[in-house]
Amino acid sequence: MVAAPATNAPIHQSSSDGATLAIRDLHVNIDSREIIHGIDLTVNKGEVHAILGPNGSGKSTLAYALMGHPRYAVTSGEVELKGEDLLAMSADERSRNGLFLCFQYPTSIPGIQMGNFLRLAMKARFGDAAIKTFRKELTEKLRILKMDESYMRRYLNEGFSGGEKKKAEILQMALLKPEIAIMDETDSGLDVDAFKVVADGVNAMRGPDVGFVVITHYNRMLEYIKPDFVHVLIGGKIVKSGGPELALAVDQHGYQPILEELREQGVEIELMEEAGATYAREEPTEREHDPFRSHGLTGL
Amino acid sequence: MATDIEVTSKELAIHVDPNRERLLREAEKELPLEYSAGWSDPETYFFKSGRGVSRETVEMISRMKNEPAWMLDRRIKSYDHFLSRKMPSWGADLSEINFDEMYYYIKPAREQGKTWDDVPQDIKNTFDKLGIPEAERKFLAGVSAQYESEVVYHSLREDLEKLGVIFTDMDSGLREYPEMVKRYFGTVIPYKDNKFAALNTAVWSGGSFVYVPKGVHVAIPLQAYFRINAKNAGQFERTLIIADEGSYVHYIEGCTAPIWSEDSLHSAVVELIAMKDATIRYTTVQNWSNNVYNIVTKRAVAHENATVAWIDGNLGSKITMKYPAVYLLGRGSKAEIVTAAFANQGQVQDAGGQVWHCAPETTSTITSKSVSKGNGRTSFRGWLKIYKGCVDSVSAMRCDAMLLDKECRSDTYPTIEVDEEKVALGHEATVSKIGEEELFYLMSRGLSEREAITQIVNGFIEPFTKTLPMEYAIELNRLIQMQMDGAVG
Ligand SMILES: Nc1ncnc2c1ncn2[C@@H]1O[C@H](COP(=O)(O)OP(=O)(O)O)[C@@H](O)[C@H]1O
Ligand SMILES: [Mg+2]
Repeated sequence: MVAAPATNAPIHQSSSDGATLAIRDLHVNIDSREIIHGIDLTVNKGEVHAILGPNGSGKSTLAYALMGHPRYAVTSGEVELKGEDLLAMSADERSRNGLFLCFQYPTSIPGIQMGNFLRLAMKARFGDAAIKTFRKELTEKLRILKMDESYMRRYLNEGFSGGEKKKAEILQMALLKPEIAIMDETDSGLDVDAFKVVADGVNAMRGPDVGFVVITHYNRMLEYIKPDFVHVLIGGKIVKSGGPELALAVDQHGYQPILEELREQGVEIELMEEAGATYAREEPTEREHDPFRSHGLTGL
Repeated sequence: MATDIEVTSKELAIHVDPNRERLLREAEKELPLEYSAGWSDPETYFFKSGRGVSRETVEMISRMKNEPAWMLDRRIKSYDHFLSRKMPSWGADLSEINFDEMYYYIKPAREQGKTWDDVPQDIKNTFDKLGIPEAERKFLAGVSAQYESEVVYHSLREDLEKLGVIFTDMDSGLREYPEMVKRYFGTVIPYKDNKFAALNTAVWSGGSFVYVPKGVHVAIPLQAYFRINAKNAGQFERTLIIADEGSYVHYIEGCTAPIWSEDSLHSAVVELIAMKDATIRYTTVQNWSNNVYNIVTKRAVAHENATVAWIDGNLGSKITMKYPAVYLLGRGSKAEIVTAAFANQGQVQDAGGQVWHCAPETTSTITSKSVSKGNGRTSFRGWLKIYKGCVDSVSAMRCDAMLLDKECRSDTYPTIEVDEEKVALGHEATVSKIGEEELFYLMSRGLSEREAITQIVNGFIEPFTKTLPMEYAIELNRLIQMQMDGAVG
């Protein structure tokens, strides 16, 4: 499925020819149950793709499968990163080749100091030379993300608040300079300040050298980080693609109209019976109290 | 009775070098893939006993050392006890130790060296390769280098000597300070304590004798290094450390041996006496080759307000059995035992710690971290006794085991006997595998699987590593990386 160009899309259209990330008919199992039922998606450098979808629709599954988590088994389909077979690579090779995943729930590991870990990661990605400029770069990124130097002596994500964890993910992303960055609900669970810092951090990275896949189920992220393409993922399939107006439509009317449209076309969608899965529009009360709405700041 | 008590003693917090992190990193050089201390020197020894141990061997050792009668008498009694005592029925399987195959006394050189140039060339080269003279120049207050049965080199900084600090090999200690040695030798660990303590007392040679006078703080560490070289060698050093009132000393030992297909036996006895208000910190980073049986008895007594810390890192060896112990005899005394063990393919690390609370307001912590790889086995044996009347005592025992492979195994045997009600106790044990999520997280940032596992393991034993002086922390991280790299089976 080729995404429709957005109104303010860059001149080039997302085409799978020589694309940075090309996903074709991807099927993914967890514990031999199919969760992703055939996804096509093409992401080029310089583009921002948003993936919207209710809880349990398979967004994280897609992200994990792309990053190479051993429990997420790709049963068929192809994925190319810069023309190379991504699926043949181990997770660390994927990382070193320029793929990055901002985890929805970053893992904490006791005993490993953040600073040492970042240095190892930089060395893995860019070789020994990167160590020389590491300090300087780190200081700069810490400043942008309003993170204290003392983070570096803390254990990896251990005892971090939700906001601190997400900032730490953005910090890693900023240092490792991926060519394709997948952000899995980096916006959820953040307070206003943390959210702005995270969004600014992402915007500072935006440019012709990196393509983003921003997974979210709120529109608020997309007000700060304007996507070029928007895809709706429901029941393990991308059911609709479009420009920023699609995100706006989902924000206003929820997923129900899309589901009805599909039903009329006779398309079958496997709806997950997740506790948190909401196919209706977000509760208006939540919107009214959404602190992000009351801020005029666009970040763009 | 409360649970989940965390106890850390301020006295024991290691001085943190602001450059520690940087220096640790700089040390992350390319590492050898195999046991790197596994070479051996040709045997051009001054004297080597025949194989096996007998009453004659015991008498010969004593005669060669020109010992006083009481020591010969003690040796003979110990030998008799060794013969009559059964092998321990618990712990690791020691049935394959062949006592008749071993050499019990090897004197590598006629004289002990006062400078490294006095030491025979091969032996000097070996200690050079092990980095001992370099460490001595950089950060040690004194060094004792034992090769086979004898200390071949010994030094103590002059300023400490002037303050009355004694740091010498045990044999010289017995000659030069006969009263003090006679008074304390074997008081903490009597020869009847166990079969191996009896064997050690019968054939002991080398080890250190340390005395720190009242109020003297030996701010930088003293180090002893133990090297076994010959096939089937037995090493039976004997160490006695006495810290007089209000003094402080940090003693560090390291050890290696060549890789032989024949077994060697290392069976030491270490006795510590911390007088009122004194602190003794005893650190071991052991790295025996995989043919060494390492069965060591280590015990300390702590008088009023004294502190004893055993920091015990066990890598290598075929079988290690070692449970550093502290008798808290004085009111307000403290024991801290931190152990780490790594059991690789074919190895058994049976370790732990023991504390007896014999006075009120005493504090103890036992922390153990163990990692097993391949079919390696680790066991933790923790022994805690609080006698009636030891009111307001606090004790925390914690042991964490990590299993890296399917066939490896870890067991925990805590024994806790508390006869006093008015105490606070904490006890926790965990067993974990390398988590898939942790591994994936690190790999998703570009770390190879091996690198990621090494990081997780290093992180796991970090509570141990951080108690080590920087140089030893570097060494330990290296040794662990080597264990991770080394071919399994
Ligand atoms: N580790 C897992 N084990 C088993 N089932 C899982 C696991 N992760 C996700 N799932 C299932 O896969 C489906 C998609 O989940 P997920 O990809 O996390 O959705 P989203 O990120 O869109 O909320 C859900 O039905 C969920 O229960
Ligand atoms: Mg998710």
